[in-house]
Amino acid sequence: MSIFFDRSSRVIVQGITGREGQFHAKGMLASGTNVVGGTSPGKGGTTVDGIPVFDTVAEAVAQTGANASCIFVPPLGAADAIMGAAEAGIPLTVCITEGIPVVDMMRVSAFLKQYPTRLIGPNCPGLATPGAGKVGIMPYHIFSPGSVGFISRSGTLTYEVVSLLTGAGIGQSSCIGIGGDPIIGTTFIDCLRLFERDPQTDAVVMCGEIGGSDEEDAAAYIPQMTKPVVGFISGRTAPPGKRMGHAGAIISGNTGTAAGKVAALQAANVPVAETIFDIPDLVKAVLHR
Amino acid sequence: MKIHEYQAKEILRRFGIPVQPGEVAQTPAEAEEIARRFGVPVVIKAQVYVGGRGKAGGIQFGDTPEAAREAASRVLGMDIKGLTVNKVLVVPKLEIREEYYLGIISDRNSQAPVVMVSAAGGVDIEEVAAKTPELIIRQPIDMRWGLFPEEARTMLARAGMPHVVIAKGGDILAKLARAFIESDASLAEINPLALTGDGQVIAADAKILVDDNALVRQSEYAGWSEPEEANPLEFEAKAAGLTYVKLDGDVGIIGNGAGLVMTTLDMVARAGGKPANFLDIGGGAKAEVMKKSMLFVARDPQVKGILVNIFGGITRGEEVAKGIIMAQAELPAHMPIVARLSGTGEVEGRALLADAGLMWGSDMRDASQKIVAAIQGR
Repeated sequence: MSIFFDRSSRVIVQGITGREGQFHAKGMLASGTNVVGGTSPGKGGTTVDGIPVFDTVAEAVAQTGANASCIFVPPLGAADAIMGAAEAGIPLTVCITEGIPVVDMMRVSAFLKQYPTRLIGPNCPGLATPGAGKVGIMPYHIFSPGSVGFISRSGTLTYEVVSLLTGAGIGQSSCIGIGGDPIIGTTFIDCLRLFERDPQTDAVVMCGEIGGSDEEDAAAYIPQMTKPVVGFISGRTAPPGKRMGHAGAIISGNTGTAAGKVAALQAANVPVAETIFDIPDLVKAVLHR
Repeated sequence: MKIHEYQAKEILRRFGIPVQPGEVAQTPAEAEEIARRFGVPVVIKAQVYVGGRGKAGGIQFGDTPEAAREAASRVLGMDIKGLTVNKVLVVPKLEIREEYYLGIISDRNSQAPVVMVSAAGGVDIEEVAAKTPELIIRQPIDMRWGLFPEEARTMLARAGMPHVVIAKGGDILAKLARAFIESDASLAEINPLALTGDGQVIAADAKILVDDNALVRQSEYAGWSEPEEANPLEFEAKAAGLTYVKLDGDVGIIGNGAGLVMTTLDMVARAGGKPANFLDIGGGAKAEVMKKSMLFVARDPQVKGILVNIFGGITRGEEVAKGIIMAQAELPAHMPIVARLSGTGEVEGRALLADAGLMWGSDMRDASQKIVAAIQGR
């Protein structure tokens, strides 16, 4: 079992003829993901590495029965791609694109309220279900199947921590990179709710960072969970008012500080790792509790 | 991106909002000429990218054109919070009866622009929010239709504004919402919105921040960007396409991925060092980008050593190693460099570093300890 994605998922790649789209479509196929098609307006009828290309998402859905989409469309076209996927009835959309204007994402957010589509990202590495495949750009070889759910706002930090978990013999049920933008489709709390219901998941690792209040919101929900959560917060040394790479990683006034997030998690009885190297031991401890 | 008050007012004017007239001067003589043309008394307002310029003496008055010239000569060249004043906005002094606040900010919780209005204008709105939050009326904009004038008027009425301000200000607020959305703002403020002695409702001061992600389609505003003297390196980094934040310490830090770089800063701090910067080379960087980043970080005179932390996925270790070696040839010989490469191309990259006699760390912690030790001479 897993959340969001499993062996039955049929994935299309929006923007498959671009450099990134093409490269990562191959990577997804290699991970075992069933990539059934791609879209690129004007390139309908062609193929990319044997994958059929369509002009629109609606055509791709009609021809392939796709039920998930991964977006590699450039920033100014990405909002259109997300709304197009929702309109075509795709239930799961993972948007990798970084740098989408905030006004566009606010429009997307209002639009998606009318659709049952689950958006993950944007500005995220996607998700992986070890043993079933991935949707996105995560290096698949670092994963191992198991019972720990993983959620993070960051890409490469996810790879670091997952590698540590795998190295310590701790396998993962599903790993979700929710994205580093201020406006994202799926938050920590959404993932925690799903992991709580997922029979394969026994514990969750949540890697947060400065900015916003997603971690605090999650901390308010965690006491209602039966499954333990281990936390980590990045950006303890970040100064206020500076955007630390991710558009969403910014301390505004007194909100969004690492100290505030650590305190909120600790108040929810969540063990918070001082460094990423402490995460595997904390996971082992909560699993044996 | 920050823009100046006069530029923000220009945007408002284009959307049909009544704005206090005025012009920018870069010399005292220009200020005098503008004062003659618009009529005295005038206000001389420093155009700098920081708040609190009034308290710092950056707003002065001139009752005659000559006095305007003198006021401008005092303000031009003034240092406000580390920034030099190079331009002043010269405006005829308004006879202001009341001051109000209109603002729109992109809000991550409601995933929409949130409109804030208050009858307590002219002061720092954050102070009002902290001390008397009940004086601020807040409402998100529904991005499907924007903000209607009637919705805007209802907000102003709830904030307790007089009839004339509800009528004229409602129109202004609806236009401000359009300006916010169509200019890709992340903040748009009119503070104060002035009710004048002769019954005009007019933007007396304005502040707009433009979303950096949207500058590709707001090319005119992108061209308004000016270096902040307080952060010249950050300005240059942006122009060079690097994601760089200047910090206060002496350990230069480069990595791939924002979360990883932030975590590396924390690790260096734990090892007893002080990070000099944040630099994210992004995904798939080639040797040239790595070299450019190394040389860039080293331009900060505080930097005494550089730590490179790469988790390779689409970024290849040997490309990173080549970039480091290319940069090392141009860096001071005594500058310690520690690299940690993991993932794709790790073995090849390490071999290159070993041949060049460079230090590496087995993981992020080991590398952080090594660079701090090298800098502190342990």
